[in-house]
Amino acid sequence: MTPKLSTKQRLQINRQKMTEQAPLIRNANFDEVNLGLPEKVALLEAERCLLCKDPKCITGCPVGVSIPRFIELLSQGNVAEAAHCLLNDNALPAVTGRVCPQETQCEIECIRGNKGLPVAIGYLERYVGDWARGHGNQQTLRLAPPSGKKVAVVGSGPGGLTAAGELAKYGHDVTVYEALHKPGGVLVYGIPEFRLPKSIVAEEVARLERAGVKIICNTVIGRTYTLPELREQFDAIFIANGAGLPVFMNVPGENLKGVYSANEYLTRVNLMAAYQFPRADTPVLKGQRIATVGGGNVAMDSARTAKRLGAESSIIVYRRTRKEMPARSEEIHHAEEEGLQFEFLVAPVEVLGNEKKWVTCLKCVRMQLGEPDASGRARPVVIPGSEFVLPCDVVVVAVGTRANPLLTATCPDLKLNKWGNIIVDDQSMTSLPGVFAGGDIVRGAATVILAMGDGKRAAKAMDDYLRRPAPVPNRAE
Amino acid sequence: MHNIVAKAQLSPNVTRLDVVAPRIAQIRKPGQFVIVRRGEGAERIPLTIADADARAGTIALVIQSVGKSTQELVALEPGEAITDIAGPLGHPTELIESGRALCIGGGVGTAVVHPIAQGLHDRGVGVLSIIGGRSKEWVIFEQELGRLGEVTVCTDDGSYGRHGFVTDAAKDALAAGGIDIVYAVGPVPMMRAVVNLTKPLGVRTIVSLNPVMVDGTGMCGGCRVGVGGQTLFACVDGPEFDGHLVDFDLLMDRLSTYRDFEQQSLAACKEGACKIGLK
Repeated sequence: MTPKLSTKQRLQINRQKMTEQAPLIRNANFDEVNLGLPEKVALLEAERCLLCKDPKCITGCPVGVSIPRFIELLSQGNVAEAAHCLLNDNALPAVTGRVCPQETQCEIECIRGNKGLPVAIGYLERYVGDWARGHGNQQTLRLAPPSGKKVAVVGSGPGGLTAAGELAKYGHDVTVYEALHKPGGVLVYGIPEFRLPKSIVAEEVARLERAGVKIICNTVIGRTYTLPELREQFDAIFIANGAGLPVFMNVPGENLKGVYSANEYLTRVNLMAAYQFPRADTPVLKGQRIATVGGGNVAMDSARTAKRLGAESSIIVYRRTRKEMPARSEEIHHAEEEGLQFEFLVAPVEVLGNEKKWVTCLKCVRMQLGEPDASGRARPVVIPGSEFVLPCDVVVVAVGTRANPLLTATCPDLKLNKWGNIIVDDQSMTSLPGVFAGGDIVRGAATVILAMGDGKRAAKAMDDYLRRPAPVPNRAE
Repeated sequence: MHNIVAKAQLSPNVTRLDVVAPRIAQIRKPGQFVIVRRGEGAERIPLTIADADARAGTIALVIQSVGKSTQELVALEPGEAITDIAGPLGHPTELIESGRALCIGGGVGTAVVHPIAQGLHDRGVGVLSIIGGRSKEWVIFEQELGRLGEVTVCTDDGSYGRHGFVTDAAKDALAAGGIDIVYAVGPVPMMRAVVNLTKPLGVRTIVSLNPVMVDGTGMCGGCRVGVGGQTLFACVDGPEFDGHLVDFDLLMDRLSTYRDFEQQSLAACKEGACKIGLK
């Protein structure tokens, strides 16, 4: 074991860099961009952690990973224990190590960031998560004795998978229902292969199945079974069916051929593997000049996908500036490196097409930033007379998603807010006893890790609920 | 996995597969559809549930083979299986409680009309069906619909039944009066022609739309259709709509989106890349 370093020695180590595929090579393939840290580099990065007595990084993590603890174990060369520690807090470290916005969560809290760069917590999480994947047998879930309770999880995205794993650990009999033919939710239909290889999701799902979790695909709750029917069969239910309904811009021309929602575009390419057409049967319009509207991770994913499908120009159209973009900084940086173009302070007002109804361009206006709006970001204001056209043959609309009413419509007793999101109490419970909810169906479109945090909290609350002695029925009448 | 228990060739390019799907067979309602994915690498395609046997736990899928995906589906034989079937999806048909309904089916659309006619018949609504095809061999579901009420068959070439389009027969039926509602399913030009007949008469007309779909649960928005000036999703808001409000031009147009790809897919298939006919 390496001798313990002094704080001064630790401070002298610079933040290590992630090896990446070269930008102009990777923008033509779907292989993962980040290649992970070699062992030596990971151990060196781990040494940078000052092992704070009162670690702030943990407070920034939505699932409360014991960050300094797993990093310390790693720096001691004890990867197996580091993995055990990490997996105990976070069911999907190989996923979150790749897709979490660390720079606004754990890493922004890192004390080293005050003077220099924070510890690369995300890289280390990924390193340990990947080690655990390669050593599956040593990382099976430790399960409590069977509770005799049956629970259903609706949706197999990050929230559902996390809850399923936690509920299994508590000893409950878990069944996960997935509407699509493959489990993983947004991890398989939304996030591209080059950012999150699908094999990782498949491995995480397999790990849950080994722990006894049943995953049933092609089952649409709200159609195949209603929520009231599930309530008859299960002691508790966790709804994590996401915010699956795409929002369009609501401008003229949006139904022209060549206009996609980001959901459709990414689902075709990721879930249906349209990038392999005609080897895979599902096609996708490739286009030479693709305009993606939006500034979030989904917009980056779409625009970077377009480049990989062979577009000459992949242009991101965003109504604010780079600074206000909600995407992870790494995604923006990668997108820039890969040769994407950015049209900042631009908003589409119409999609124009030819006589055959194919998209030919986006009619846009230029914006300037005004007073901050409710979200705290400067409100974009149209500059009068600034109209111009942006030629393109495919438009991808990535301006957000909202709650899908398919499930909630079959259960009028379930209380919703005005946007159709399910209302829950501080125990993650909905207005229906024993029915819990979390992730995007509660929050509106958010992140993988927030959904996972919800899944973890809800599982705990469900366990408490299931172990509570049954109330004596009141039969006064 | 969903085993195929029976297969029948209904017309030169329309095949019926009876497939094991007990839950769907039990709860499906007229007008609802399923999303079918034959196997690894296959497309997800929406297919209306043409019939179901709740006791046997099977549903009937009626498939017109036009592209690679449908050709591969109809190449499946009893004993083989379809990997994924999700459903039942979409809203059930709005069925009237009493009176008389005119059910119009063109080509493979006749299979979609069948469960609607069944639902109406079960409620005691009088069913008058008008169905058509290019020639005699292209007419499907004549017997099944015959069990539910009077059927008029039309063929484009006059080789069977009445010579002409279903709209000609529909015109006469509407002129005779006593029709409370019309259900029309078939090629887009046929549905548009029916709507053009019924709109001036003010007879409510329900049509079933078949735009391009991926997930079938409202997630992708690929199936957006124009209805009464609004954009709706056929998968979750439909697939049936008030025909008098449907933008058929938009539907026709969006249906042509992947035409080039379909050709490419079939071409690649001919070069030996596909599973048609493989056992």
